Amino acid sequence: MQLTLWTYEGPSHIGAIRVAAAMTGVHFVLHAPQGDSYADLLFTMIERGQKRPPVTYTSFQGRELASNTSELFKTAARDAIERYKPQALLVGSSCTAELIQDDTGGLARAMNLPIPVVPVELSAFMRKENWGANETFYQLVRALAGPNVPAPGTPRPPRAPGQRPRCNLLGATSLGFRHRDDVTEITRLLDRIGIDVNVAAPLGASPADLARLGDADFNVVLYPEVASAAAEWLKRSFGQPAVTTVPLGIGATIDFIKEVAALAGIDPAPALATLPSRLPWYSRSVDSNYLTGKRVFVFGDATHAVGAARVAVKELGFTVVGLGTYSREQARDVREAAKLYGVEALITDDYLEVEAKVAEAQPDLVLGTQMERHVAKRLGVPCAVISAPVHVQDFPARYAPQLGFEGANVLFDTWIHPLMMGLEEHLLTMFRHDFEFHEEAAPSHLGRGAAQAAERPADPVAVAAAPAVAPDTSGSTSAPATGDIVPVWTADAEKELLKVPFFVRGKARRNTERFARERGLAQITVEALYDAKANVGR
Amino acid sequence: MTVLPAATSVEIKSMGCDDSAVLRERGQREVFCGLAPIVWLHRKIQDAFFLVVGSRTCAHLIQSAAGVMIFAEPRFATAIIEERDLAGRADANAELDRIVTRLLERRPDIRMLFLVGSCPSEVIKLDLDLAADRLMRTVGTGVRIVHFSGSGLETTFSQGEDACLTALVPHLPAAEAGAGRSLLVVGSLAEVVEGQLQRLLEGLGIERVRFFPPRNSDDLPPVGPDTVILLAHPFLATTARALESRGATRVSAPFPLGAEGTTLWLKAAADAFGVAPERFEAVTAPAAARAKMALERYREELSGKTIFFFPDSQIEIPLARFLSRELGMTLAEVGTPYLNRQLIAPELALLPSGTRLSEGQDLERQLDRCRADHPDLVVCGLGLANPFEAEGIATKWSIELLFTPIQGYDQAGDLAELFARPLVRRSRLVELAPCN
Repeated sequence: MQLTLWTYEGPSHIGAIRVAAAMTGVHFVLHAPQGDSYADLLFTMIERGQKRPPVTYTSFQGRELASNTSELFKTAARDAIERYKPQALLVGSSCTAELIQDDTGGLARAMNLPIPVVPVELSAFMRKENWGANETFYQLVRALAGPNVPAPGTPRPPRAPGQRPRCNLLGATSLGFRHRDDVTEITRLLDRIGIDVNVAAPLGASPADLARLGDADFNVVLYPEVASAAAEWLKRSFGQPAVTTVPLGIGATIDFIKEVAALAGIDPAPALATLPSRLPWYSRSVDSNYLTGKRVFVFGDATHAVGAARVAVKELGFTVVGLGTYSREQARDVREAAKLYGVEALITDDYLEVEAKVAEAQPDLVLGTQMERHVAKRLGVPCAVISAPVHVQDFPARYAPQLGFEGANVLFDTWIHPLMMGLEEHLLTMFRHDFEFHEEAAPSHLGRGAAQAAERPADPVAVAAAPAVAPDTSGSTSAPATGDIVPVWTADAEKELLKVPFFVRGKARRNTERFARERGLAQITVEALYDAKANVGR
Repeated sequence: MTVLPAATSVEIKSMGCDDSAVLRERGQREVFCGLAPIVWLHRKIQDAFFLVVGSRTCAHLIQSAAGVMIFAEPRFATAIIEERDLAGRADANAELDRIVTRLLERRPDIRMLFLVGSCPSEVIKLDLDLAADRLMRTVGTGVRIVHFSGSGLETTFSQGEDACLTALVPHLPAAEAGAGRSLLVVGSLAEVVEGQLQRLLEGLGIERVRFFPPRNSDDLPPVGPDTVILLAHPFLATTARALESRGATRVSAPFPLGAEGTTLWLKAAADAFGVAPERFEAVTAPAAARAKMALERYREELSGKTIFFFPDSQIEIPLARFLSRELGMTLAEVGTPYLNRQLIAPELALLPSGTRLSEGQDLERQLDRCRADHPDLVVCGLGLANPFEAEGIATKWSIELLFTPIQGYDQAGDLAELFARPLVRRSRLVELAPCN
């Protein structure tokens, strides 16, 4: 068993519903106990859907376990087809139904239904939401495009003269973080460079659309969490190569354009001659100077975390002090990215562990999920959301992509906003006792919001939960930590420390203590504080 | 002083539903399971922790239901059953011991731990009763460990509170013999409501009034043959039975929603304790008059409007009674997940005769009936609300009725406002097309 206060991902059948709800003409019959229909409100409330997700729940109860739950399933499937007349039926089990072992796929096949039936095995006790979405999309693609797979060895027919190259956009689903606008943005971007979208799926696609996925020249995998298995199968079956660079940020979007252009056989130079994004200039303008070296902690799904780290470092000039993901399937990508920034990747789905790591790293900014928003609030650190899971405010009414050139504009505004603005930051450092603008107050451009608590000790639960943290000796060439000596702050030094601006004070405290430990100092004096500063820099 | 007409003498001509007209349905159900009440119970009993033994689905449900609240210091968590736990029960028990030990070490402030059963734990027949006993002996020094089931197999939404309180009944101390009669108000109420009701009951001269559940687990109310119980909610059937089996006597009454409901509820207590009618009038009349005045403001908005209830929490029938009698609404259908004839009888007697009642649910058929009725307002869960609004049908989402102080005289106006608000909002958004 795993003790869980908060889960980054839902169960695997939620992923299946995300795929079904993204599409048209697909209905999902989910064998599940009464109560599992709570899932509907994710779609109707968080995403504010205007329709119920296309799911029929069998809603079995205790008294029905004694009788025939498989009959219940068959009735539900029959009724769903009659009422909704879908083009394809997805069938599967939630966790409890998995335990009672009604074979939903077998039952549905035995019913000789007039439409394609796609069974999906969701392994609820091993797998999670993104895996469920990936598996479901793969099964749907295989079932619906499968009949059109050419015989092995058949060469791809050449493009008709005058026809623009075509690609599929794979991976966008319901409840995806900004998927709606990302699809629009990337479709526009591709159009600008002369490429058409054959099918975007699952979001907006019908079973008939999936059947013609093979018509495209190549695939663009926007979200590997959802579409990697389907893209892999399409590559094997139709010989379609896949673009795997996710265009998050300017650099990645340029790479993406080059990769796409190469596959389409067109020259990327015209498209790259002008970059219609304001991020590069905004980030170079002197106002952004104070962003240099801001310490940022990044956590989210693998795609967004890796992409965000690259933008943070190479496009905004931040320093990444932590990088992690809850996507174990993509852990390797995150580990490789972490190496680039000299940090150790954090691969975990335990939010208490993430909280402990954030507290330890003392960042100036946290880029994370809805959960890190909470962690950051507790620790008094500014935060912006870069990845699911997200709450209702991150399904905005306005156009708000993350990908492509407009996405980069959105990233710039979103990430900079929570930070104290430059002038205020300077003035706080100079004059600490203003009755109104002081470090306990929120940045004044955010209104008179919640008080900051930069130095509040981390929550005891989180600390207790964290694996024993060894003294941080990363990157230091010091003698082995002297271990037991805990240097004590003198009153004068403690007072002097308060003169360090609050957003870097935590780091100053840590650096000074490490400095004292390394030198075996029992006491931290004002001198030691400044010695440490001279040694480590700001 | 002027004696107002007693509420018990209200006109009841053309009133009264027996249960012959109840439509009983089974099929797809759009309801919460009994885990959802943890969202309010953990706030009510402040030193209790709720550990669900279940799957990732259970954790996800509570997280989704709790919305942003999960980001505060939550006093609930899920022990997620994993593949390896399914191999054998002994292993799962050892895992549970490990988790509970870790949890109690981490949270020494917890005095009561609820092990909450779920669909998966029930299907694999993990004996959490046994586990609770074992853990009390082994790791839980000074911590009371109690098991109840909030599974969807056994419970629908508010029945989770019923199951929780039922499990607590054996832990209540025995009332001292000869201590005199006491009143026990059963069901989680908002603090403000509890205070108001306590003042009114004390005003009636009922001196020994306790509430169950209490705010602290070391303050469990005593129960015994001299205990009179009055239910604050209709969904507490098994709790009532458990209390009766400890000798308590239940007093039957409508539920304290609206001016009339509150008066009848208080009257039942007053009669049980032999309170003189004059005193009852003197104590309740000013508050009842205030409540009626507050309702007047919303009567204009709601009178004559048709309302349709989807099943959710079992408070549908008392709400329908309040809306029809005190605000003049017309009842299209009143759905309830479960209808306990005994507890709800005083309410049924007050419903307009011929009201269409339904118990259980076959979702698609109920949706068909609802659309055919063209009601002015639909009370339903969050899974249905926005889709209805997109069809042009006004809704009042039902969970809010469990998360808002609505009982008692001084909340009567607030309760009416909850139903008026969606209609007022629609009339305000004049510049918007019905849907886009």
